[in-house]
Amino acid sequence: MEADDELLAQLRNGNEEAFVMLVARYQQPMLRLARSIASSPAVAEEAVQDTWMGVLRGIDRFEGRSSLKTWLFRILVNRARSAESHEPSQASIGEAHAVNPERFDADGHWADPVAPWTEASEARLDAAAWTPVLKAAIDDLPPRQRQIVLLRDVEGLSSAEACDVLGVGAGNQRILLHRGRSRLRGIIEAQMKKG
Amino acid sequence: MLSLRRKDLVCQQVVELVTDYLEGTLSRRERRRFESHLRACPNCTAYLQQIKTTVQLTGTIEWEELTPEAQADLTDLYRRWRSE
Repeated sequence: MEADDELLAQLRNGNEEAFVMLVARYQQPMLRLARSIASSPAVAEEAVQDTWMGVLRGIDRFEGRSSLKTWLFRILVNRARSAESHEPSQASIGEAHAVNPERFDADGHWADPVAPWTEASEARLDAAAWTPVLKAAIDDLPPRQRQIVLLRDVEGLSSAEACDVLGVGAGNQRILLHRGRSRLRGIIEAQMKKG
Repeated sequence: MLSLRRKDLVCQQVVELVTDYLEGTLSRRERRRFESHLRACPNCTAYLQQIKTTVQLTGTIEWEELTPEAQADLTDLYRRWRSE
């Protein structure tokens, strides 16, 4: 797969195919992110379209101080937010516990510890098999957790990049990531138990 | 010795520090306490491993391919921009 930088250079040279490849790479994650901000799927879709137009119009001004991916997502977040009349909700940081407190005894030690996901479950750790489960689980996260998990763990942005895209502080970013990851782990665990 | 023990982390605290640990934002002292708990606690070690596996699996999510309609729409958008 060609690197983003390579596609960017081709796009600047007016290569339509480079645009199509870029779209194929980022359309779905962008839609996912937009849906966590916008109030309706139609608004989300429009924000994504607007972003692509903004990318094309801004391509000559893009200086590459951030990665192309970070730039894309930042435009998207701005478009999606400005399509909404209300400010991004600061509420709902999500559940306060990484693990159900009932799984610990009164002293805070595990009473019902996690079972290691080892050889027996290894076959079930096949990445492709988990895609539908994880997608559904991510869609189910509270919006702000979903945004962070998408940027950090799905798209692989650094914490500084994710903070930049979403305009959140490092501490909040970490709390949201923590809640999101904890919840996804719990869902995988539940699924493992079901077999 | 007793005062040191009193400062030991318990499992329920450890699971809340996992992200800070992985992000490298614990202070050196907190990190030492965290790691010394892990050395003595197979359950928290398993938990940390599960979080790492979760992150790894999340990074391998495969997105749907674009529908031909969406692809056509975006190609249109590109051509519109070219003719601007």
